[in-house]
Amino acid sequence: MILFLAYCAVIFSLLSGFLALLMRQRNTFSALFIYGLEKIPKLPQSYLQIINTCLSEKYYPLYLQRLVFFLLGISGVFAVLAGLSILINQGVETDQLSLGLPWLPWHVRFDSLSGLFYLIIGIAVIATSLYGPGYVKGYDEQHHPFAVLGLFTGIFIAGMLMVLLADDAFFFMIAWELMSVSSYFLVAFQHEQSANRRAAFLYLIMAQVGAMFIILGFGVLTSYADGYSFTFDALRHAELSTSWATIAFVLSLIGFGMKAGLVPVHVWLPEAHPVAPSHISALMSGVMLKVALYGMIRFCFDLLGDVQTQWGVVLIIIGAISALGGIFYALMQTNLKRLLAYSSVENMGIIFMVLGLSIIFQAQGHPEIAALGFIAALFHAFNHSLFKSLLFLGAGVIQHQVHELNIGLMGGLIKRMPHTSKLMLVACMSISSLPLFNGFVSEWLAFQTALQVDVLEDGVLRSLIPVAAAALALTAALAAACFVKVYGIVFLGQARSRNSEKAQEIDDKGMLAGLSLLAGLCFLFGVFPAIIIQFLNQVASQILAQSSANTINIDWLWLTPVSAEHASYAAPLVLMGVLIAGAICYRYLRRDPAMALRKSDTWDCGYGGLTPRMQYDCISFSMPLRRIFSKVWQIEETIDKQQQGAHSQQVTDIQYQLSIQDYSWAKIYYPIEKMVNHLARLVGRIQTGNIRVYLAYSFATLIVLLWMVS
Amino acid sequence: MNWLLALIQTLLFVSLAPLLAGWIKFCKCYLQNRKAPSLFQPYRDLWKLTHKQPVVSEQASWLFVIAPYIIFSAMVLAASVVPLIAVNLPTAASADIIVLVGFFAFARFFLTLAGLDVGTAFGGMGASREMTISSLAEPAMLMAIFTLTMTASSTNLSFAIGYVLEHGTVLRPSFIFALFAMILVAIAETGRIPVDNPATHLELTMIHEAMILEYSGRHLALIEWASQLKLMLYGVLIANIFFPWGIAEQLSFSALGYGLLNILAKLAVLALLLAVSETLFAKMRLFRVQEYLSFAYLLALLGLLSHIILES
Repeated sequence: MILFLAYCAVIFSLLSGFLALLMRQRNTFSALFIYGLEKIPKLPQSYLQIINTCLSEKYYPLYLQRLVFFLLGISGVFAVLAGLSILINQGVETDQLSLGLPWLPWHVRFDSLSGLFYLIIGIAVIATSLYGPGYVKGYDEQHHPFAVLGLFTGIFIAGMLMVLLADDAFFFMIAWELMSVSSYFLVAFQHEQSANRRAAFLYLIMAQVGAMFIILGFGVLTSYADGYSFTFDALRHAELSTSWATIAFVLSLIGFGMKAGLVPVHVWLPEAHPVAPSHISALMSGVMLKVALYGMIRFCFDLLGDVQTQWGVVLIIIGAISALGGIFYALMQTNLKRLLAYSSVENMGIIFMVLGLSIIFQAQGHPEIAALGFIAALFHAFNHSLFKSLLFLGAGVIQHQVHELNIGLMGGLIKRMPHTSKLMLVACMSISSLPLFNGFVSEWLAFQTALQVDVLEDGVLRSLIPVAAAALALTAALAAACFVKVYGIVFLGQARSRNSEKAQEIDDKGMLAGLSLLAGLCFLFGVFPAIIIQFLNQVASQILAQSSANTINIDWLWLTPVSAEHASYAAPLVLMGVLIAGAICYRYLRRDPAMALRKSDTWDCGYGGLTPRMQYDCISFSMPLRRIFSKVWQIEETIDKQQQGAHSQQVTDIQYQLSIQDYSWAKIYYPIEKMVNHLARLVGRIQTGNIRVYLAYSFATLIVLLWMVS
Repeated sequence: MNWLLALIQTLLFVSLAPLLAGWIKFCKCYLQNRKAPSLFQPYRDLWKLTHKQPVVSEQASWLFVIAPYIIFSAMVLAASVVPLIAVNLPTAASADIIVLVGFFAFARFFLTLAGLDVGTAFGGMGASREMTISSLAEPAMLMAIFTLTMTASSTNLSFAIGYVLEHGTVLRPSFIFALFAMILVAIAETGRIPVDNPATHLELTMIHEAMILEYSGRHLALIEWASQLKLMLYGVLIANIFFPWGIAEQLSFSALGYGLLNILAKLAVLALLLAVSETLFAKMRLFRVQEYLSFAYLLALLGLLSHIILES
């Protein structure tokens, strides 16, 4: 039954994709309808009218789009139901599908871990399907055909869901590639601009190189498995030597890390996310990165089994670099969606870092603390999928209304877009990990895990983990600075351009509903985190094969990891306290009607004429940090002054230029590009273009082969 | 009963905060050969401000009006979880010390947004500098706190203080590092000299004052009170974590009274030290602050490492 729900989610998303193909088939339907009318003439008038309007030029695309997104929403609902029911049931469902290779049918397995990620995908898909119809309305059918968008969205989601179901390496890779390739087409959707084509191509290359590493990782496992079987069951029982297990781990880390956007293989993320349509970037950033995390967890904890301490150390270091690098680069971005993409790098870094903690504790024989770290990592993944989807969808609304993604050209949207601004405030507060919102709870759990370091015996580990916690603290503080900047510059202050001055609140109810759903969940799980954590407890007990399931005492009010003496957090009490304190002073101070607010001009130091250009903007806001951490970025800053008058004292014109580049391009990718070009030139030498030379090559090859055979 | 006591302690905390500010001003004036205002001047200021009609810029949005209430309630909540005169009160369990840092972040988030809301250069400048300084100070503070919590193996403030009380005066190198880090952070976070100057309105020096420049009336009163609370919170944290002796462990009248006297004395001494340092030192250039704060970060990290290497 549960598997049926899971299959339904896949089938409905595929259906919605194929339905989108009918976008240009209106004439066929009209012809069919007229033909059908001749055969069955006895339809009541009202039906005829309905069908006629549905097939009219004006309404057909609109209704079809709605239907496509409706099916997508159904798929999301099924995914949530399937995920929830397996999490509540705590069972494992397996199945075989007679698809695929003749000797290797597709194996399907649905356990708590898959269920959790099903839940993550389901929620994001529901929000997207609410949001989608309003968003795609603006696309011109000639240049940006909905059929393409709808088809690949459906396949993309189905691919992600199938990755979670896969129980053999073959099916896993097919689903994985389905997800990667279909998302390539989505990134390349607005392909008329060369930058977008370049971003999509980069994404495709990195996705394929990553997939290659994953295949190699599976290959290592398979060579040790019973009868070279590809099923996960056989892989689980493969007895690997320590060094081969480490090789498999490194291969999988590179492979899944490329998808998850860990530094230094993150470069596709800030290129691909801004150019995709916003609801697609929400899915890619909010959900697809989590599928990579799922792959990593499945490979590392489930298939490889015995984790080793060194892996945890590697994950912690790479995670810390990703987290800090991601947020440092996010701080300097001016393009809203690019900024969000870098912030995804940061969050994935945090998740991998906490996962590394969990591995260390597991390898050192402290399964309970390992489970705590595991829960913290998964909870952060869940939270990130909520607030990052929300932020990307919100960025889409802003782009839709302001026709602009440059943060420096916005401002004052809080007054013109009252609903969006409130929902985005929730998102910014969640991602800045403020108490009462979900981001805080997972970060709190991560700190609690790191503080258990005293149980370890190894001195190096004992000093490494606090340093990692310090990096985590710095990351969190910088993230808060980054999102104060985002919210403050985009929504507050005065409008910095005409477009943002004229912006209106979005009138599509569906788009706002999609945002509200996610914002509501961010708050709900911030105040009542126990709802999700009890599920995570089961995932941890199933994956880490740990008998004492309850690492965190579940109580709707109290969150107490390890023990009550150690730490506790009661978000509902905190919420109550804030409400009481706030309400009392609000009521008390506003009781006198004579003390009502008086509106007046902003204080302008007596000079008059404050203009929007006098405000801080996104470049000036992050200037102190840019100066303090100037070594982190590749900064080119030029100031040209035009001077006049005696001794050139009078400055008439100033031009300021700032470009901030990612170091990984200069240090890693350009050298690789250069090397590839160099190799290509070397190979080019033997290709003379002369047919006689090629014949000579064939002849020589033949001789050598004959010699080898004989 | 315990909850009632917790409520009383919170109210005491909130009502004593302006007195501390008055006492610091008093000491400073005395040290600088000026005539000091009454100790109760901050109360009079707050009273006056709440009875004035607030003026709000036409540019301001709802966020600007609501921010002071949020900031103030976040600080009150923070005050409710920090043991002032007694440990083992029930509110301390609802939020541990990491959540406390979260409350500060919460208040700061809204304060900086309020600074950006009106769209003046001052507000933006203050917000930008505040976020820069806090993003360096917050991790240093967390590190200093972790040193303590790892020693006590609890992030719950009550339990941690109880642990220090129980184990008496063991001279721990980690605690000394953490104490110095904590003091440096406290000075930065509460906007005192040498990081920020609470007494000036000069654009080149101010951070906190720049953000609240547009506030008036009851809004200003709430923000002022909140920042006095924040100062007192840091004072109490330093006093009660590092020198917890005298805090009430039993909930009897004599113990509580003794605890109150104790904390007042400790705070008075700390405030005196602050006044002396503010008189001796000048404000730093903004771009020297990161050296100051990275020093605090380093001290905190050293504390943590020395705990791990030397003390277990």
